[in-house]
Amino acid sequence: MTHDAASPPYLQVDDLRVRFNTADGEVRAVDGVSFGLHRGRTLGIVGESGSGKSVTSLAVMGLHDPARTRITGGISLGGRQLVGLSDGDMRKLRGRDVAMIFQDPLSALHPFYTVGRQLVEAYRTHHPDASKAQARQRALDMLDRVGIPQPDRRLHQYPHEFSGGMRQRVMIAMSLMNDPALLIADEPTTALDVTVQAQILDLLADLQREFHSAIILITHDLGVVSQVADEVLVMYGGRAVEHGTVAQVMRGPQHPYTWGLLASIPSLHGDPEVELKPIKGNPPSLINVPTGCAFHPRCAYAMKPEPCAAQVPQLLAVQADGHRVACHLPEPERIRIYTDEIAHVGVAQ
Amino acid sequence: MTQPLLKVRGLTKHFAVRQGATGAKSAVRAVDGLDFDVHAGETLGLVGESGCGKTTTGRMLVRLLEPTAGSIEFQGRDITKLGRRAMRPLRQDLQIIFQDPYSSLNPRHTVGKIVAMPLEVNGVNPPGGVKARVQELLELVGLNPEHYNRFPHEFSGGQRQRIGIARALALRPKLIVADEPVSALDVSIQAQVVNLLRELQRELDLAFVFIAHDLAIVRHFSRRVAVMYLGKVVEIGDRADIYERPRHPYTKALLSAVPDVAAFGEPRQRIRLTGDVPTPLNPPSGCRFRTRCWKAQDVCATEEPPLLVREGSGQEVACHFPEPVGVGAEHVSEVAA
Repeated sequence: MTHDAASPPYLQVDDLRVRFNTADGEVRAVDGVSFGLHRGRTLGIVGESGSGKSVTSLAVMGLHDPARTRITGGISLGGRQLVGLSDGDMRKLRGRDVAMIFQDPLSALHPFYTVGRQLVEAYRTHHPDASKAQARQRALDMLDRVGIPQPDRRLHQYPHEFSGGMRQRVMIAMSLMNDPALLIADEPTTALDVTVQAQILDLLADLQREFHSAIILITHDLGVVSQVADEVLVMYGGRAVEHGTVAQVMRGPQHPYTWGLLASIPSLHGDPEVELKPIKGNPPSLINVPTGCAFHPRCAYAMKPEPCAAQVPQLLAVQADGHRVACHLPEPERIRIYTDEIAHVGVAQ
Repeated sequence: MTQPLLKVRGLTKHFAVRQGATGAKSAVRAVDGLDFDVHAGETLGLVGESGCGKTTTGRMLVRLLEPTAGSIEFQGRDITKLGRRAMRPLRQDLQIIFQDPYSSLNPRHTVGKIVAMPLEVNGVNPPGGVKARVQELLELVGLNPEHYNRFPHEFSGGQRQRIGIARALALRPKLIVADEPVSALDVSIQAQVVNLLRELQRELDLAFVFIAHDLAIVRHFSRRVAVMYLGKVVEIGDRADIYERPRHPYTKALLSAVPDVAAFGEPRQRIRLTGDVPTPLNPPSGCRFRTRCWKAQDVCATEEPPLLVREGSGQEVACHFPEPVGVGAEHVSEVAA
């Protein structure tokens, strides 16, 4: 968990904005997000569908259709600026410096090629001098490392011959082939059963210790985040609304949306008769994001019309070190509301 | 105790499949002999991982699937073998809510027509007319009654699930099978729907069979819980017994695998199961959990453990070596490698 806070983060995202042109209008999928991440640390990005969490990571990977996407701001990876990088240069980085694990390994792996062939290809793309035998050995080592039994036999099998959990292990092995410094995992365990999910999360944590990579974990599951992340970024309507350590965000959240999430999830341990406190209404459309704070129409504490419906709140530091919140409510008021009204509901209790 | 609303005995469903180049016949033993009761106004939660047979069970309860063997008694009457016509009046009392709010609503029908359909099919003429009843139902589930003429695509996922609930309530059922009713929804919307179902249960004295893979939601919603594994109930009992004092190793492992925000920062010993759930095509002999169980002995492979109340606790457990009483999840005697 140690990192040198004085050294610049391995990944630095500054005022990232991603817009898509669609027939219905311009989608502002990401609207001014900034964060840094050091090697050896895990950042959980949390949000509901349409919050911009996946688009943020796809921008880091450079996986957008350039014809209809506009990206502005900065993404610096190990000191190198990714925004505006050519396709060819990005391709050299992708898989080597930054790799990705997707939610659905069946559609991310090629169904016609054996797992071994795909792993070997992933390695030789970035190691053109490596022999086939060397690449094959690396594939064997990685399959073994992610806990796949009999890797020499499994190398010759096709993706459909693996179970869901084993397939996700293959994806992880592939992402690690080139020892990337940044690993992005987009809902890596959402499609898995809870006992298998636990295995995969343990594996990711072990691998991180071993490879000292930075990990971005994108998920809607606050439980997963609280278990494996060091820091949490909560997104809503394309913007970051709260950022801090897991302890700060889970135990002393200061944004009303974060409160809403925590009070919406029943706990395995608290009093089951306590009613959940859902957030009213639905997430906003990214074509027509509400003015001011995007959350204000659903916020029970919004000060309307001024300033919540009029001004976009900035993500500002609060008293606790490293904790940032984008909310117009004064900090003492936020602390009071959380303690009085939220701290005994759902998983917050 | 009064007579249960629903009494299930030996409920079994085998799906016939052909395998391999020879096309040899075999069976997927999706559900293999379930016994449980549901009383009026209470909720029984069914939890388990994919392939444990919970959805198949739910579908058999409302007779969307024909059981291979066993019996389902509703209000003291055996409904297992009832034909379509004889089943029709009972459909009023037995309803189902589906997981997917997209594919379970006809996209070409208005919301009014969708919610009125059960009334029409069953020839029910509510006092005040069908439209008034439908609007009353829409209001009951928190939708605007003026949206009567809109189509499903004009609604969000959470609102569609409310439409499905309104449809299930149209005939004033006594029992609703809710099959993963919130798992396709965003977290903030899940809580809206869970609260709605709890409110409706209190107001209308509904009984639920609540099927879900999310252990926390099942605990929140159900007073009694059955844990399923590979087509069998491995443990069934009151919520407090199952969650605070689990005695089946699988229940214990399942609970310890859930990443829970509330447990954040508290050191706890986790049980990590190795491997995946075996295929129901060829389930392990004896106890089906033995291939992943850290306590398995020879007897587990030869003898199937019966589902029985064991000394010291209230729930029924199907295990030869149940966990000792009074040992919390944080004190695990042995832990799987």
